[in-house]
Amino acid sequence: MADIYAKYKEELPGKIIEDVKKQAEENKLSSSDVKKVLDEVKNEYINSLITPGEAVGIVTAESFGEPGTQMTLNVFHMAGVAEVQVTRGLPRLIEIFDARKEPSTPTMTVYLKPDYTKDEKTIRRVASFIKQMTLQEISSEFSLNMMKSAVEVVLDDKKVKDYGFKKSEILNVLKDKLKDINVRETTRGFIFETSQEEGNLTGLYKLKQKAKEIIIRGISGVTQVLPTKRDGKYIIQCAGSNLKEVFKLKEIDPKLTVSNNLFEIGSVLGIEAAKQVIMNECLDVLGNQGLDIDIRHVMFLSELMTHTGGVKGITRGGISGEKESVLARASFETPIKHIVDASLTGEIDKIRSVIENVMINQPIPVGTGLPGLVAQIKKGGKKK
Amino acid sequence: MTEYAEKKIDSISFGLFSSKEIKKIAVTKIITPELYDREGYPVDGGLMDIRMGVIDPGLRCKTCSQKLKECPGHFGFMDLARPVIHINYIDRIMDLLRIGCRECGRFLMSDEKIQTHLKKLEIAEIEKRTKDKRKTIREFVAKLKLVKKCPHCEAKQQKITLEKPSTILEETKRLTPTEIRGRLERVSDSDLVCMGMNPMVARPEWMVLTVLPVPPVTIRPSITLESGERSEDDLTHKLSDIVRINQRLFENINAGAPEIIIEDLWDLLQYHITTFFDNAVAQLPVARHRSGQPLKTLTERIKSKEGRFRHNLAGKRVNFSARTVISPDPKIKFNQVGIPQSVARELTIPEKVTEWNIDWLKEFIKRGPGEYPGANYVIRPDGKKKKITEDIVEVLLEELQPGYIIERHLMDGDISIFNRQPSLHRMSIMAHRIRILPGRSFRLNPAVCTPYNADFDGDEMNLHVPQSEEARAEAEILMIVQQHIISPKNGMNIIGSVEDAISGTYLLTKDSKFPRSKAVQLLMSIGIFDREKFLSFKEMVTGKEIFSVLLPEGFDFVGKNKNDEPVMIKNSLLKEGIIDKVSIGEENGTLIRSIYSRHGDEVGINFMSNVFKLGIATLLELGFTTSISDSDLPDKVAEKNQKEINDAYDKVDKFIQSYKAGKLEALPGNTVEETLELRIVEVLNNVRNEVGKNASSGIAEEENHSIVMAKSGARGNMLNLSMMAACVGQQAMGGNRIKGGYRGRTLSLFKQGDIGPEAKGFVEKGYKQGMKPTEYFFSAMTGRDALMDTALRTPKSGYLYRRLASALQDLRVEYDGTVRDAEKTIVQFKYGDDGIDVAKSDGGTVNIRKIIAQIKGK
Repeated sequence: MADIYAKYKEELPGKIIEDVKKQAEENKLSSSDVKKVLDEVKNEYINSLITPGEAVGIVTAESFGEPGTQMTLNVFHMAGVAEVQVTRGLPRLIEIFDARKEPSTPTMTVYLKPDYTKDEKTIRRVASFIKQMTLQEISSEFSLNMMKSAVEVVLDDKKVKDYGFKKSEILNVLKDKLKDINVRETTRGFIFETSQEEGNLTGLYKLKQKAKEIIIRGISGVTQVLPTKRDGKYIIQCAGSNLKEVFKLKEIDPKLTVSNNLFEIGSVLGIEAAKQVIMNECLDVLGNQGLDIDIRHVMFLSELMTHTGGVKGITRGGISGEKESVLARASFETPIKHIVDASLTGEIDKIRSVIENVMINQPIPVGTGLPGLVAQIKKGGKKK
Repeated sequence: MTEYAEKKIDSISFGLFSSKEIKKIAVTKIITPELYDREGYPVDGGLMDIRMGVIDPGLRCKTCSQKLKECPGHFGFMDLARPVIHINYIDRIMDLLRIGCRECGRFLMSDEKIQTHLKKLEIAEIEKRTKDKRKTIREFVAKLKLVKKCPHCEAKQQKITLEKPSTILEETKRLTPTEIRGRLERVSDSDLVCMGMNPMVARPEWMVLTVLPVPPVTIRPSITLESGERSEDDLTHKLSDIVRINQRLFENINAGAPEIIIEDLWDLLQYHITTFFDNAVAQLPVARHRSGQPLKTLTERIKSKEGRFRHNLAGKRVNFSARTVISPDPKIKFNQVGIPQSVARELTIPEKVTEWNIDWLKEFIKRGPGEYPGANYVIRPDGKKKKITEDIVEVLLEELQPGYIIERHLMDGDISIFNRQPSLHRMSIMAHRIRILPGRSFRLNPAVCTPYNADFDGDEMNLHVPQSEEARAEAEILMIVQQHIISPKNGMNIIGSVEDAISGTYLLTKDSKFPRSKAVQLLMSIGIFDREKFLSFKEMVTGKEIFSVLLPEGFDFVGKNKNDEPVMIKNSLLKEGIIDKVSIGEENGTLIRSIYSRHGDEVGINFMSNVFKLGIATLLELGFTTSISDSDLPDKVAEKNQKEINDAYDKVDKFIQSYKAGKLEALPGNTVEETLELRIVEVLNNVRNEVGKNASSGIAEEENHSIVMAKSGARGNMLNLSMMAACVGQQAMGGNRIKGGYRGRTLSLFKQGDIGPEAKGFVEKGYKQGMKPTEYFFSAMTGRDALMDTALRTPKSGYLYRRLASALQDLRVEYDGTVRDAEKTIVQFKYGDDGIDVAKSDGGTVNIRKIIAQIKGK
């Protein structure tokens, strides 16, 4: 049986062969039938191959542009009972295509290694290690002590207990974070003593603000954690993302954990991962909006955004701004800038792309405009 | 005769003009601000000098002796009394001044370092990393700006600042354009390369103008007003300002006027030349007409949507096109378009006269432009175009011989291109065959409304007639409607049965029965005459049998319909199942795609066309209507619903009570208040669904016509019906219940802090029973919200589309199967990794299930 498939390995894409295999087994086909099926599949496959010259770029642009008018603008979405808020719909799609350095709602989906997904308690524990916890969140009061020129912090005992902190633990962190300041434990909390002179109000105030923001535990940037169950697996949804730090935790599974920040993925996991994230994020948005766009278009776009080795947006600063042709760039945005620059560098527009040929009324180099006919003229042949 | 351009533009190079070149291309020197003499004839040496081209009919250009519309126009020039900075280059001038030594003119960097910098640029150039190249240059400039001492001549450098828009200061002393030009002249060619500049086409001193090129008259034509008065173009106005000030400056310099006066005039000249190039420079007053309207100068002509690039170059107006209102005609084929005779008489097709069609074409000439189908023009082989009039018909008929071209009227069967804006995808422009119909509107089959996204509430559409054989061939083969049944977006069929046609097919294939005579009549009324099949009909013919007549020979199909019941066609006979939207509708259309892929587009489109007509004919036969009573609920169901709603209200009350008592427990990740809100929403949504379900089953007991529409997928769904019959449900804004506009309440007739269902926009009753005033208000709120959303979304998604299109337009599949851009950089090695064209596929892949079923069936 296997050798029947092997014969078609060169001629058909792997996925199609796999599908045939699976469905042939389901239908309990005889090997002669399988061969017939494969032949027919091959026929259809060859018939549905793309034609050279096809303007696949424009087709992809249309496939996104047309349904774009049907998408909702609703930024936030609260479908489930509990969910991390994420930008969805058209704004998110625009964000992805712009390749913004920082998404408006960065999120991380943290998967745990199998050992740690047994019961909810462990997951909650891991989650609490991920969430960033500032001193402010477990304190009830910050006050300035002008006499001692110090900042006094009163801890909220209930919260400290709830989150499972030990006072000595906190002290250590604080000492580590505030190196040039004398941190002491008091009965109700801590006191930060400065060596500053008396009456330096602004200095103290700054210290107070700084103290509030000190991260006692967790990963900086992660403002919210939400352990949930998805497909029978426990995962932790996080608002805010910091992959680099999360990967350092031993409990998490780095193979599955992802963020929605393209650039972060690109720098931590590499460009192929960034490509995959662009794809996944696009598919996610489209799926949420109930739009059906073939995966080839999504894939195509993500490959275009990453094929140079870095994530590039579809903006005048990205792909459109880096075209070779002056006129193509000028016709998109900021024409004067491009013409001025071109004149100084003495650029030459070779008129190879679509828009310039449209401008000067020549056939465009896609589709039926692509092939050129070369006539072989015999030397000394009669001219008619 | 069409003239074919023999020359092909191969490339366009950009560069700066030197003063010498400007003078070389110029045909005249402008010396006077006067435009016309007393007779109204353009003055020599004036701005409208006819050596620069003609804009008046009858005059001939003194340079090329061609007439209006033939002469392309010629540049003039103007000697400036003092040099002036070209505003668009001010940033580059600043960069060069800052990084060049004020004494020796060299860049402030040692030769070795310059060499390494050049290497870096060269590599970036070769590797086509334009962005990196620009960045390297930026860094180079930023670094050199800070150098205080010239490494070449050890001269101390001074700080140069720009006082916007165009005054350059060195420390506190002002640098005149003359000095600036002097400094720029000293920059060496080899240094310039460091800035990415090409000294062969752009010497830096050329950025300071000493000679101003005067654009040809032809690009700034004056218009003659009704009063016979001439109104000059904005550019001419600006230029005459420049000439005037320039003259005054000359005079003052020659007269030895005090420096301060000369400087003032110089600044004024700078202002006028700056606004001549760009009238929107920051910190500079906008040059205006006497009426106060800003002048449109060079930059404004090029820039933005209405500028030259996007308005005239990337999109052009065409001849041989028509536009009018559209209206439906279900009787014409999908790939036809009905056009009024008045349009057909105006739009023509050039028909070449040959030995074989000369007699046929002569008839057209005889009928002339007035009588349909006639002809409007005769084109002689030498390219002369003659309008056919009664006086010359005889002469034309006499001289007509092969080689002539006749522009004849449109006739049935001619190919045309039909389009509706916004052209968001390629199905917005498709080729249709002409059909001349009475009336004054374009007619199209309602089934092709979907691809065009058209309706008939006053929409207009455009029609184009291809004029060359190549264009017609492309339209017929690539653009014709049947080529676009499957959308390249997702491999689904975008054309299918719609609305009534689906209801009709549903009723037909459900359980209808017709006597033989009726059945035959039904089929013949849609133009089907199949003697063999008619003879095989029994006394009573089922709807399924009638439907089967339309199926192509030897067709098998297994599928499901909308209600998940099996549909089975064996040997072109519908054995089982009801045909509805899932089989023949748009987007779903499993049956349509099956026929399309098995039997080709011609059979496919005919089948669809026939199904469509049969559906409508069935409805005509059976009768179809809806009424208010369609959504009547049985008393029992209504009572049950009321009870459910009351229960829900009680439940909500309980939640609120337990919250107030502090007993409500928070859900993970939420506060108690959020939890309460979520609980309430949950209860209310549940009750709406429950009530809706009761209502649906209540009214669905007997299948009335509203239900038929919902069930078949023709229009509406059960949710719509239950909203009419039972309960509209919660009105939501931004995913939440209606939020308060007053303090603690949504409307002043609720109590503060009321978070019960009524106070937060729950509509308890259905549309038929009517709403309370508050409910109506809340539903109006959500309605407005939806309108806002659409209005805000359209421009956003439009811009996204424009960006996508402009980034992706050059990408194509090459002959080797790779996907590359205009620079031939590979983006994908194989399109979509498997090379499948979505528009040729079945839902994006090869339909294996279908093939297996087919093989198994044999």
